[in-house]
Amino acid sequence: MRDTAVVSYAQSPCLAANRRDDMADILLPVIRAAVDAVGIERDEIDFYASGSHDFFEGRTFAYIESLDAVGAWPPISESHVEMDAAWAFAEAWSWLQLGQGDIALVYGIGRGSLPQDLDQVMPAQLDPYFLAPLRPHRDAVAGLQACAAIDAGLTSEQHMAEIVSRCLASATENPYAQTSGQVSVHDLLAAPYVSSPLRKHDVSPPGDAAAVVVLAAGDAARRLTARPAWVRAVDHRMDTHYPGMRDLTSSGSTRIAAGRAADLAGFAAADVEVAELHTEYSHQEPLLAMALGLNGAEINPSGGPLAGRPATATGLVRIGEAARQILDGRAGRTLAHATNGPALQHNLVCLLEGAA
Amino acid sequence: MSKQLAAVLGTGQTHHTTKRSDVSMAGMIREAVDRAMLDAQVDWADIDAVVVGKAPDLFEGVMMPELYLADALGATGKPLLRVHTAGSVGGSTSIVAASLVQAGVHRRVLTVAFEKQSESNAMWALSIPIPFAMPVGAGAGGYFAPHVRSYIRRSGAPEHVGAMVAVKDRRNGARNPHAHLQQADITLESVQASQMLWDPIRYDETCPSSDGACAMVIGDETAGDAVDGAAWIHATAMRTEPTTFAGRDQVNPRAGRDAAAALWRDAGITDPLSEVDAAEIYVPFSWFEPMWLENLGFAEEGSGWRLTEAGETALGGRLPVNPSGGVLSSNPIGASGMLRLSEAAKQVMGRAGDYQVDGARTALGHAYGGGSQYFAMWLVGATKPA
Repeated sequence: MRDTAVVSYAQSPCLAANRRDDMADILLPVIRAAVDAVGIERDEIDFYASGSHDFFEGRTFAYIESLDAVGAWPPISESHVEMDAAWAFAEAWSWLQLGQGDIALVYGIGRGSLPQDLDQVMPAQLDPYFLAPLRPHRDAVAGLQACAAIDAGLTSEQHMAEIVSRCLASATENPYAQTSGQVSVHDLLAAPYVSSPLRKHDVSPPGDAAAVVVLAAGDAARRLTARPAWVRAVDHRMDTHYPGMRDLTSSGSTRIAAGRAADLAGFAAADVEVAELHTEYSHQEPLLAMALGLNGAEINPSGGPLAGRPATATGLVRIGEAARQILDGRAGRTLAHATNGPALQHNLVCLLEGAA
Repeated sequence: MSKQLAAVLGTGQTHHTTKRSDVSMAGMIREAVDRAMLDAQVDWADIDAVVVGKAPDLFEGVMMPELYLADALGATGKPLLRVHTAGSVGGSTSIVAASLVQAGVHRRVLTVAFEKQSESNAMWALSIPIPFAMPVGAGAGGYFAPHVRSYIRRSGAPEHVGAMVAVKDRRNGARNPHAHLQQADITLESVQASQMLWDPIRYDETCPSSDGACAMVIGDETAGDAVDGAAWIHATAMRTEPTTFAGRDQVNPRAGRDAAAALWRDAGITDPLSEVDAAEIYVPFSWFEPMWLENLGFAEEGSGWRLTEAGETALGGRLPVNPSGGVLSSNPIGASGMLRLSEAAKQVMGRAGDYQVDGARTALGHAYGGGSQYFAMWLVGATKPA
């Protein structure tokens, strides 16, 4: 494949609710920061790809508004996925393989705070004939998965609280985190359940933010930054939808994606120093670490989604954070994981490397 | 590293209609998928990835329906992308699927687009009030009618041209067994006598609301060589511009002109009207045929209507436009763009049945969306690009 690298990453602070800015207002300064960091003008960008979803915005064609922040004039070459923007990243990476351009900008924008009641919205993501009519609340399916993970001996409520405590402590170093702090496992375990065995802290807090990644190919990447984060592999796989038909404790789609990514990259998840995982729930960390085959990697040094989950941007944030480790010279090989759909239905794995 | 050849191996679609209450979304999609896979002579094991497109999820009320449809799409264990670029989405989806093959990422990709409009109400979904933005409370027709009026004023086109397009497309649709509206007996007089909805757009000059799906299998050069009569993709183009700003030309948008110019350049076409044998152009309201003929470069600005009026866009004319009946005969919104691109492929594959353009070797498929701001198009040929 053509050598392609992340050369720049920016995001806005993840807020529980941003009632001051509209979509374009949130996005504009982030695009500006990502583009300025590598000293390019917008007309040097050959392709744009983005991810967002109308159901969070509560209206049709919501993403059209984000074009005002992109500045699509003169007209641009552009595409959009109605899913987490990590998949827009996958599309942009493929686009660069065509050799028709050298620089692509990927953005994700989402406002998890806009729906008045996510318990009304999230069931709409389920099979409309057999599952949605049961109206499970937003964390119900994840609760079943957490139960299964505990029953299978993958984790425990104590272990899950330790994960949350570690992530929130890591997030104190991340100025963009929505929540952070030094919290004791003892205090966490004293909280009530929201979807047994999940407590509130086990659930990543939905919020509002935008994230922007600039991708460049070959010499353009070398020209734009001293230490490009080379994308050695991107792969993503879908699982069956029905929670009752999946082994919820073993993410088969993550395993396939990780295996395929390792084939492409020439190194595996076991070889990375840092892994940014799209853990919407604390119990998913050990589950994903096992499916990926991580071996001693530091997980979610940014704090991860448990410190803030901007709708449809969280997966792209993982890629940005994993790339930042390399751009800043802190790691040589990193992994980013993104997920979409209930209980880890659709999973993406990206392997990044520092050396040219 | 450069772009690799890709070809449409097979296409499939449903019989479009107002309400498919006999099938679920999954059942409806599988009709199109099964037909496309049969046409392409492939089995599930041959498919490396799936690319799904549809217009807003509020049209059915299901959030990310591709999650629930994963099994019906045979996507379990495979990569799946879900594209959404407003009304052009069926076109963009096809182009994204093609680019995965052209990039060398996958060998064979199944791409699907659909809309089951009867599950919800598109008029409601398009009329949700947005703070600080002009609501499109009158649906798409209310939005586009001023553009049509402006076109007529600028070009001096005679009033009957719009009705002529409607007659031609509906009669073409009557030759297409999959078309929603079957109106072989429609006449200029009956169109002109139909109710005025959004002046100057009459009821018979408006696309229907349809349930339907379209699918294609796109493969690499080896896959294309292995089947009879693949449609080779000569060029693709997508362009986007903002909805609103002072001075924006909504009648002849620059994004469409830029996309067409890139398409002709990449395909080595210097005189589109002479070199293209058939065109499937996204015409949801009759007057968009002459408007897009100009925007695409088939005619000089202000003179697209002359081609229509002279009958050059009818079957047997110099450039048959929408021989399948087009959007005016079937409009499952999310699939409408893919129908245009796949109908173009069918023409060069020689599989268009009663609406086959004799000797079609090169065909254009075109889609647009949003406030005439998203454009997606491809040029396909019966032979590999030179």
